[in-house]
Amino acid sequence: MLLKKEEIEHIGWLARTELSETEKELFEKQLSSILDYFAVLDELDTEDIEPTYHVIGIKDVVRKDEPKEALSQSEALRNAPKKEKGYIKSPRMF
Amino acid sequence: MDVKIGLECHAQLLTKSKLFCSCSTDYHDSKPNTHVCATCLGLPGALPVVNERAIRYGMKVALALGCEVQEEIIFYRKNYYYPDLPRGFQITQYDFPIAFNGLVRIESGGGDGGKEREIRITRVHMEEDPGRLVYIGTIDTAKYSLVDYNRSGMPLVEIVTEPDLKSPKEARIFLGKLRSTLEYLGVFDGDLEGAMRVDANISLEGGDRAEVKNISSYKGVERALSFEITRQKNLLRRGLKIQQETRHYDETRGITLSMRTKEFEHDYRYFPEPDLVRIRISDRIEEIKREIPELPDEKKKRFTSQYSITTEHANSLTYDINIADFYEEVASKIDMKLSATWIADVLKGELNYRSISMREASKRISTADFVAILRYLKDGVITERGATEIMREMLDRGGVKPEEIIKSKGLASIGSEEIEGAIDKVIKENEGAVEDYKVGKKEALNFLVGQVMKHTRGRAEPKEVRRLLVGKIESEF
Repeated sequence: MLLKKEEIEHIGWLARTELSETEKELFEKQLSSILDYFAVLDELDTEDIEPTYHVIGIKDVVRKDEPKEALSQSEALRNAPKKEKGYIKSPRMF
Repeated sequence: MDVKIGLECHAQLLTKSKLFCSCSTDYHDSKPNTHVCATCLGLPGALPVVNERAIRYGMKVALALGCEVQEEIIFYRKNYYYPDLPRGFQITQYDFPIAFNGLVRIESGGGDGGKEREIRITRVHMEEDPGRLVYIGTIDTAKYSLVDYNRSGMPLVEIVTEPDLKSPKEARIFLGKLRSTLEYLGVFDGDLEGAMRVDANISLEGGDRAEVKNISSYKGVERALSFEITRQKNLLRRGLKIQQETRHYDETRGITLSMRTKEFEHDYRYFPEPDLVRIRISDRIEEIKREIPELPDEKKKRFTSQYSITTEHANSLTYDINIADFYEEVASKIDMKLSATWIADVLKGELNYRSISMREASKRISTADFVAILRYLKDGVITERGATEIMREMLDRGGVKPEEIIKSKGLASIGSEEIEGAIDKVIKENEGAVEDYKVGKKEALNFLVGQVMKHTRGRAEPKEVRRLLVGKIESEF
């Protein structure tokens, strides 16, 4: 299955990543071959099989509503590339 | 022209810790990024675990809105990139939410005797709140955004309605009813900033629908929707098509802006959250049903019959659970109709004027204080004006007792001797007005009453003054 160039561009936009023309061509091929690989699964007959929502059978895991200590502000911001007044600085998205 | 409005209401639940981690939810007055941990910051390797109380609260809401609670719930990842979402996805629910098919009744006339309308609830589900973005300036002119993750991971219950609302006013009334119900349940505090946020789907007859996001106040709903209806009508008038799109509501300017989004439902790539497991909830339904208290509609009915007050007063007293409780406490100690009038008509007005909640106000004026004020009024110790003044003073200053204010402001009504003295004086000083009254100019009497009130510094009951004045003048004939 061959992905169209516009689809690659749209996927790039969803990931908020700018793609160069060379990258677009490269991903067109790579993503298409990944899809072909997974297309093998489509050959299976799943007519009478219940959908799987989780791979292991555990259920009902919850925790009590008890607050615990949080990280300090400096710890929380330690890996932020840009910060201002205790906030993380980010590009405007509009 | 027919308007159809459907709402998606997000309400923060009053749990102590967040939905998937143990960070405290008490962040509203805190510095940014101080109520965060690996989970709500989306750091690699962190494992979310569901807060049991949040699920119970979500079920309580669903049951109170008459929904069918489901057997089991499953959480999903909704994938999109936005700076307020540290993991690149939001944990929410999809095809296994808490509940479907509820019903909320509203009085579309608002207040007394309006026609009742039924608003269908499509579904109720749980999800986590994203972080908060702060802009320097407005959203479309700021150069960058600042991110505070304190809100990230707060438990939200989302309530989705069918497009059954027919006007911006109905949308506001619906939200008021919803707020009231959630507060009755004790799972929500509408006074907290940003506790309720609404997205609205709106379409005009024959047009595509537009979604308006980011409505965060009760007044904002009516304003945002009215703006949007006008905008759509103008497009149609100019022969243009209404595009299906997402718009952002700018609260300060009261307008909606196109978000030029290129995302569609399938782009969210919903899939079951592998870090969370399915949770059986149907076995708790009966237990939670028993925890649901008397709700606004039932309380209103009980108030009208038990206290023989008007529907209007019952409406006004039951909207806010704190006011309803305050009233019941006062009415158990003193005349219930008098209490209804003074709480619904006077106290509520004073609260609105000061923009303070009943919960806040009850720290300054207790039910015992209120009963005392009404008792002084009934016994003729103070006038109606005096009673109002005491309430105002208590709300403004706090920490003062009615007796102190009566004394310090000289509000005690004066004895009849003093009133008569004042009347004699006024009659003597205003012969002209007295003559006018005698020849039939009734409005002269109002002037004379006013003069007596002035002499007594408002401490006399105007009705009484009028009666005495008329008696005095006429006996002189």
